[in-house]
Amino acid sequence: MIAPGTQVRVRDDWPETRGPCHIRTPHYVRGEIGTVLRHLGDYPNPEDLAFGRPAQRLPLYHVQFKRYGLWDGGRADDDILIEIFGPWLETSS
Amino acid sequence: MNIAELDSDALLIALRRVLAAKGIASEEEITERIAITDAASPAGGARMVAKAWMDEDYRELMLTDGARAAETLGIPMRGMPPLGVLENTTEVHHLVVCTLCSCYPRAVLGYPPFWFKSVSYRARAVRDPRGVLLEWGTDLPEQVTLRVVDSTADYRWMVLPMRPDGTEGWSEERLASIIREGDMIGVTVPQAG
Repeated sequence: MIAPGTQVRVRDDWPETRGPCHIRTPHYVRGEIGTVLRHLGDYPNPEDLAFGRPAQRLPLYHVQFKRYGLWDGGRADDDILIEIFGPWLETSS
Repeated sequence: MNIAELDSDALLIALRRVLAAKGIASEEEITERIAITDAASPAGGARMVAKAWMDEDYRELMLTDGARAAETLGIPMRGMPPLGVLENTTEVHHLVVCTLCSCYPRAVLGYPPFWFKSVSYRARAVRDPRGVLLEWGTDLPEQVTLRVVDSTADYRWMVLPMRPDGTEGWSEERLASIIREGDMIGVTVPQAG
């Protein structure tokens, strides 16, 4: 479990280049640094559910990203919250 | 046989028969679910917001467990995804989008408006959210931080807007009458008159 306040990096992974898949991690945060705000519960992995495969329950986190680093322009204090499943998040420790 | 070329009504009938035969969902359950989906509308969310403005305990419940708060007002939540409620304050304003598809808190807001599903809203709400708000006539005060919530997975999100000035002494019903779906998505803020 990743504790609230932990800095994480979203995996810079592009499964869509390897074949059919269903990904709930937006492309615009792949490889980006964010902060875990809270654990939202555990849910069946949508990447398996979408194909009718047995789906393991995975922790889902609300992760905060500073808008400023994602796109040109915008205000430094604006941010984006995204729901991201645990296997997509890397912790440095 | 190409399934994409079959008559859609015939396909639907066949699918419902298979669901019933396999014991996955009966005709009655499907009919009930369609009725619940059709009955849901922004009026449900508006009742929740108005109550939260009047009742501090309800506001607390709404922010900690949106689904239970909805059920308290008789809104059916069985089988629905968890509902998260995002509270706007004098310091932060929330804007909800689903960049991946069109995830929407249908149980409390009904069917999503057409623009919520449009490619342009989904792209621009994250790239240029302040520009999008301005086009809706929503000019946030300088000190307010804008927080975009991209609804990407199992939660559904609605905004609890701030009660506008000029509504002092209003009844809960009158308050609910001014709350629009856009106020609970975050593109607009409630107006008193």
